[in-house]
Amino acid sequence: MAQIFAYIAHKNGVVEDSAAELAVAAKKIDAAAQPTAIVTGSGSTLDSACQGAAKLYAQVWKLDNAALAYPNGEVVRKALAKIVPAGSIVLIPHDTFGMDMAPGLSIKLDAAYAADIVGLDGLSGATLKAVRQEFAGMAHTHVTIDTAKGAVLTLRPGSFQPDGSSASGSVTDKSGDAGDLGAKRRFLQVVEAETGDVDITKADVLVSVGRGIEDAENISIAQELAEAMGAVVSCSRPIVDAKWLEKSRQVGTSGKTVKPKVYMAMGISGSFQHLGGLKGSPFIVAVNKNPKAPIFQVADVGIVENILEFMPALTEKIGG
Amino acid sequence: MEILVCVKRVPDTAENEITIKGDGTDIQRDDLVYSVNEWDNYATEEAIQIRDKVGGAVTVVTVGDSEAEEILRRQMAMGADKGILLADDAFEGSDGRGIASILKAEILKGKYDLILTGAQADDGAAQVGGMLAAMLDWPYASLVNKIEIDGKKLKIGREIEGGNQEMNEIELPCVLSIQTGINEPRYVGIRGIRKVASVEIPSHGAGDLGIAAGSVGAAAARVKRADYFTPVMGKGAEMLEGSMEEKIDKLIELLKAKGGLK
Ligand SMILES: Cc1cc2nc3c(=O)[nH]c(=O)nc-3n(C[C@H](O)[C@H](O)[C@H](O)COP(=O)(O)OP(=O)(O)OC[C@H]3O[C@@H](n4cnc5c(N)ncnc54)[C@H](O)[C@@H]3O)c2cc1C
Ligand SMILES: Cc1cc2nc3c(=O)[nH]c(=O)nc-3n(C[C@H](O)[C@H](O)[C@H](O)COP(=O)(O)OP(=O)(O)OC[C@H]3O[C@@H](n4cnc5c(N)ncnc54)[C@H](O)[C@@H]3O)c2cc1C
Repeated sequence: MAQIFAYIAHKNGVVEDSAAELAVAAKKIDAAAQPTAIVTGSGSTLDSACQGAAKLYAQVWKLDNAALAYPNGEVVRKALAKIVPAGSIVLIPHDTFGMDMAPGLSIKLDAAYAADIVGLDGLSGATLKAVRQEFAGMAHTHVTIDTAKGAVLTLRPGSFQPDGSSASGSVTDKSGDAGDLGAKRRFLQVVEAETGDVDITKADVLVSVGRGIEDAENISIAQELAEAMGAVVSCSRPIVDAKWLEKSRQVGTSGKTVKPKVYMAMGISGSFQHLGGLKGSPFIVAVNKNPKAPIFQVADVGIVENILEFMPALTEKIGG
Repeated sequence: MEILVCVKRVPDTAENEITIKGDGTDIQRDDLVYSVNEWDNYATEEAIQIRDKVGGAVTVVTVGDSEAEEILRRQMAMGADKGILLADDAFEGSDGRGIASILKAEILKGKYDLILTGAQADDGAAQVGGMLAAMLDWPYASLVNKIEIDGKKLKIGREIEGGNQEMNEIELPCVLSIQTGINEPRYVGIRGIRKVASVEIPSHGAGDLGIAAGSVGAAAARVKRADYFTPVMGKGAEMLEGSMEEKIDKLIELLKAKGGLK
C-alpha cells in the first residue's frame, strides 16, 4: 500500500482549509490510510502551522529552512523530491502554488500526475479512479491513474468537505533531509492587487457580466441594469483581460471574494475559479443562452436568454 | 532571444456546446469549432513582443495531427517566424507527460533561451509546462503575467490568489507558463493568414526526434480517461420558462423576495 502524503498550505501560522480537505481525500483513496502531512516553512509560523496540521494528521513532517520561508514552488519541489519516498501518493491543493510546483514534482519522483481532481473513487490494486472536469466544466470524466510508481495529485479546493475528524499527531523534524535548496528562481516580493474606485465586496446586489457581453460597448447595458436595481457591476476574468472593466471588479480566485445577497450572473459560464470568489450563499440568478452552461448547476434561478436582449428588457420593466 | 511557444489546438468552448457521446467514450467532436487554446495566444503575443524588443526569433510548435497545422499558421500570421508540427501515430493517446516528453525531444534539437506555454488548456490540467521544465532541468514559473528582460535573467510576475502578483527573478534558459491578461493578443485577419498559407511547415515524427516507440502514446500513459459522464448534480437552478415578458415578471417577483429589488 502506497504511503500517502499531504502538502499543507498555511499562512501566518494558520493552516488553510485545504489541509482538512486533503485529509478527507486521503481516506477516499484508502479508508485505512494513515496520511502524513508535510509542512514546509521557517521559524515560529512554521511551528504553529505544524501544530495546526497535527490536529488533522497523525504524522506531521516539518521542514524548516530559511529558503522555505516563502513557498517558492522551485524550492519546495526540490525539498519534496528529496524526502518523499518513491512510490508514494502526494496530495497537493490545486491552487496557484500547486499548479506551479506539482507537475514538475511528478517528473522528479517519476510518479503519475493527475491535476484538478474533484472526486475520488478509491484504489483497486494500484489503479486509482478519480473524477475530473474538462472543457471549462462542460464535461466530466473518470480517469484511471496507475499509481504503481507513485502519483502526484492536485485536488480542487472545496471539492472534499472536511468531515470534522481530528487527530493529535506528532511532529517529526525532517529539516536535515532536505538537502541543497539552491534554485534558479528567486522570490522577490508580493505586489498587492490595486484597489479600484468601487468596492464590489461591500455590495448587496451585483450585476456580474461575463464573456457573453460580447463587446466593450455592451458594458453600458449592464451598468444601466445595475443602476435601475441599485446594484454594482462586477465581472468575470475575460472582461478584465480585455480591459473592458478594471481588475477591482473581477470576482473569483484571482480577483475579489464577494458576499452579496443577490448575484446576477449574466453570460458567465460558471468556472470554478469564478465561483471560488462567491461566498456566503447568495441568491444566484443566471442568464445564459446555453441551457447546458455549468452555471445553471449552482444557480438558484436560471433563464435561457440572450443577455443583450434580456438585460435591457429587465431594466425597462424595473423602470430604469 | 530564441523563443519557442507551445500551442495546442482545442475545441472552442465559447463556440461549442459540448455533448457527450451516447457510449461515454468521448465528446461529440464532429461539428466542433477548433481554435488555438486561449492562453497560448497570450504566450505567442508575449514572445513576439519580446522578439521585437531584443531581437531573435519566435518558433511555434504543437503536438497534434495534420489538422493542427492551421493553428501554427494562425500564430505565424500573428508574427511568429516559424512553425513546427510534431505528428506521429505513436503520439496518439499521450498523457501530459507524453506530450511534455515529445516537446522536450524537439527542444533539445534546437537552441532555445526561453520556452513559453499557456497556463492551461482545455483539459484544465496546467501540467505540460511544469513537466517540461523538470524534464529539461530548467527553472519554471507558472501563471506569469509580467516579463522584464534583464540580461541573462528575467524579472517575472506570477499571478497568485486574490490577483496579487508574486515577483521573481529567474535565470535563462527557463520555461514560463503564461496567464491571460499579460498583454492584448493582436487580431489576425484573413489577409494575414493568406500571407503564410504556403509557408512550409516541417513535421517531425518519433523517428526524427529519437523517441522510442512505446515511451509515449497510449501505451505509456499512466493516466487514462475511462469515460465521459453527466454527473448527478444537486437540485440545480429553477429554470424560468415562458416568454421573455413572463420570465422577467417572475424574476422581478423573486428579486423582490430576496432583497435584490426594493
Ligand atoms: C489560475 C486561474 C485563475 C483564474 N481566476 C479567475 C477569476 O478570478 N475569475 C474568473 O471569472 N475567472 C478566472 N479564471 C478564468 C476561468 O477559468 C474562466 O476562463 C472564466 O471564468 C470564464 O469567464 P466567462 O464565464 O465570462 O467566459 P466563458 O467561459 O467564455 O463563458 C461565457 C458564457 O456566456 C454565454 N453567452 C455567450 N453569449 C451570450 C449571450 N449573448 N447571452 C447570454 N449568454 C451568452 C456562453 O454560453 C457561456 O456560458 C482563472 C483561470 C485560471 C487558470
Ligand atoms: C484522442 C486523444 C486521446 C487522449 N488520451 C489521453 C490519455 O489516454 N490520457 C491522458 O492523460 N490524456 C489524454 N489525452 C489528453 C492529451 O494528451 C492532452 O493534450 C495532454 O494531457 C496535455 O494537454 P492539457 O490540456 O493537459 O495541457 P495543459 O498542461 O493544461 O496545457 C498547458 C500548455 O501546455 C502546452 N501544450 C499542451 N498540449 C500541447 C500540445 N499537444 N502541443 C503543444 N503544446 C501543448 C500549451 O502551451 C498549453 O497551453 C488525449 C487527447 C486526445 C485528443
